[in-house]
Amino acid sequence: MTQFQTDPAPSRATTGATLLEVEDLHVEFRQRSGVVSAVNGISYSLAEGETLAILGESGSGKSVSAQAIMGILDVPPAVVSGAIRFEGRDMLAMSAEDQRQVRGPGISMIFQDALSSLNPVYSVGWQIGEMFRVHQGASRKEAKRKAVELMDRVRIPAAAKRVDDYPHQFSGGMRQRVMIAMAIALDPRILIADEPTTALDVTVQAQVMDLLKDLQRETGMGLILITHDLGVVNEVADNVAVMYAGRIVERGTVDDVFTDAGHPYTEGLMNSVPQVEAKGGRLQPIVGQPPNLAAIPSGCPFHPRCARRRLGAEAAPGRECSIDVPPLRLVASGREAACHYSEEVLGVRAV
Amino acid sequence: MTDQQQADLRKDEIEAGTTTGLASPSVDPTSDRQNSLWSDAWAALKRNPLFWIGAVLTVLFTVMAIVPQVFARGQDPRACDLANSRALPSADHWFGYDVQGCDYLSNVVYGARNSLIIGVFAVVVILLLGVAVGAIAGYFGGVTDGILSRIADIFYALPLILGALVLLRVGPETSIPIINSRGPGAVALALALFGWMTAMRLVRSQVIAVKSSDYVAAARAMGAGNTRILVRHILPNAVAPVLVYTTITIGVIIAAEATLTYLGVGLQRPAFSWGLQIEAGQSDVRDAPHLVLFPSIVLTLTVMAFILMGDALRDALDPRQRA
Repeated sequence: MTQFQTDPAPSRATTGATLLEVEDLHVEFRQRSGVVSAVNGISYSLAEGETLAILGESGSGKSVSAQAIMGILDVPPAVVSGAIRFEGRDMLAMSAEDQRQVRGPGISMIFQDALSSLNPVYSVGWQIGEMFRVHQGASRKEAKRKAVELMDRVRIPAAAKRVDDYPHQFSGGMRQRVMIAMAIALDPRILIADEPTTALDVTVQAQVMDLLKDLQRETGMGLILITHDLGVVNEVADNVAVMYAGRIVERGTVDDVFTDAGHPYTEGLMNSVPQVEAKGGRLQPIVGQPPNLAAIPSGCPFHPRCARRRLGAEAAPGRECSIDVPPLRLVASGREAACHYSEEVLGVRAV
Repeated sequence: MTDQQQADLRKDEIEAGTTTGLASPSVDPTSDRQNSLWSDAWAALKRNPLFWIGAVLTVLFTVMAIVPQVFARGQDPRACDLANSRALPSADHWFGYDVQGCDYLSNVVYGARNSLIIGVFAVVVILLLGVAVGAIAGYFGGVTDGILSRIADIFYALPLILGALVLLRVGPETSIPIINSRGPGAVALALALFGWMTAMRLVRSQVIAVKSSDYVAAARAMGAGNTRILVRHILPNAVAPVLVYTTITIGVIIAAEATLTYLGVGLQRPAFSWGLQIEAGQSDVRDAPHLVLFPSIVLTLTVMAFILMGDALRDALDPRQRA
């Protein structure tokens, strides 16, 4: 899948050094019933202070790619190939012990469901403090003191009193803050947030996203935001990569992609969101279902659902949607899309 | 426990935690409070009369094992007078006399020590073996799990009493320490060796259920190593059913010890043992039924005490059993 290896898209708000380079990442799950290809050759990079949103439906491979970066997939059945370079070093080539050293201080992760991601038998202070005990060999007392500081930093009220409370004694938003406190404990260079606000209500969502942005400003960390929430992406992200069936189908700055999609799938996503201007009109959902990752359609994986597909005689030579796999290519300045007819999609929604 | 049970458990914790959290917010940041599963379990235990019966009996027999003199009413179990042989219970000698004319109450009381030592020692070995083997099998899975589980299956094929009987029969002829001694240590080890598999299976299934939970993935994402994940994150969430099982098993082991001793392969005279006393008394059961009756009653009460506590603990740790 070398055609997917293209230069990383220029980014909008970043000036920092490159922290993470993902190159031609593949993740397969070998099962008795066959091979499930969850991630099929994605490449992207992340710079200091950059927020990259990875957008996609359930089953598009966005969470699996993050788990592959964190090294928390069970291998086997998962098979990870490609390169994941953190500050220039390929994590897939590292020893397990070296990888473990990167997790925490280098790359850290926030999970979607904070309640199930916190151990029910330990107090939150113990769990936050564990980071210091594991990576810095801090004493219990020292770890606890730092845990209280962190809880203050993520704005948990009365942190000193609540440090000994258990996860179930916190509200959903506070639990997510505890998760964030754990994730940022060692000032990671990269924070991966896997649907950090999906389990929260809207007001709390906004607070959590604000908190993440503030923390990013303080520390200059790179933030990878995995979500299917277009509103969140629009508000906080610099760049966006849209994933479909384990591939990146479009990449660019949030402003560009959101104002004028370059791939029919992105276009479909945008049309399925209520718009103030389109008040009273019907929403246009994307027809059909995301593909079964064990049997990804030939050619462009999106073609069975695509309104703009060209099959047979309609198609230009070498650009038949059900036969030829469209490479991720530069379609406009700073824009990449994996569609044979991207130029026809671009400009449709331009205001 | 199944995933559903675990989900229920977690849900119950949330519900229980909400109320306790509101009623008594923690104010002492230095206190080492128990987690809610255990504090809830304790609250449920406190209300269970069966637990208290079991607990009082257990404490009673434990004290009896440590300081039997206190319970022997001033009698020396070794001071015997054949003139009193098989005398029936009286106001001075509540349990009467045995065949040798020894005070039977003191004999029965002194028997508690061996029973409890064997019960507790065997269960500690069962717990160590079961948790270690079960945790490794469940956590690493694959070939490791296959080999360890098949070994457990082989031991399962040997009945507890039969296996222990054979081992104790051939034990004295070997040069293995403890096993060749015919003392309480040999009996306990023999029973533990053929009784650890259920504990192992319990731990294994628990570890498998817990290891796929999000907080284990989270711990790994934070850079925790295998040992830390297994010991700190998985085992504390997996021990509850094993604890229940081992409490009940103490009772079962004590009964099994009496059986082995009765069959003549366990403890040997002149040790004090309820099994030995029942065995010695059986030939005189028509003339002196108290010789079988009293050690049997005490044996039954001891076994019952542990089983009652285990049952109460199981109910307390399983929220679905709670009213």
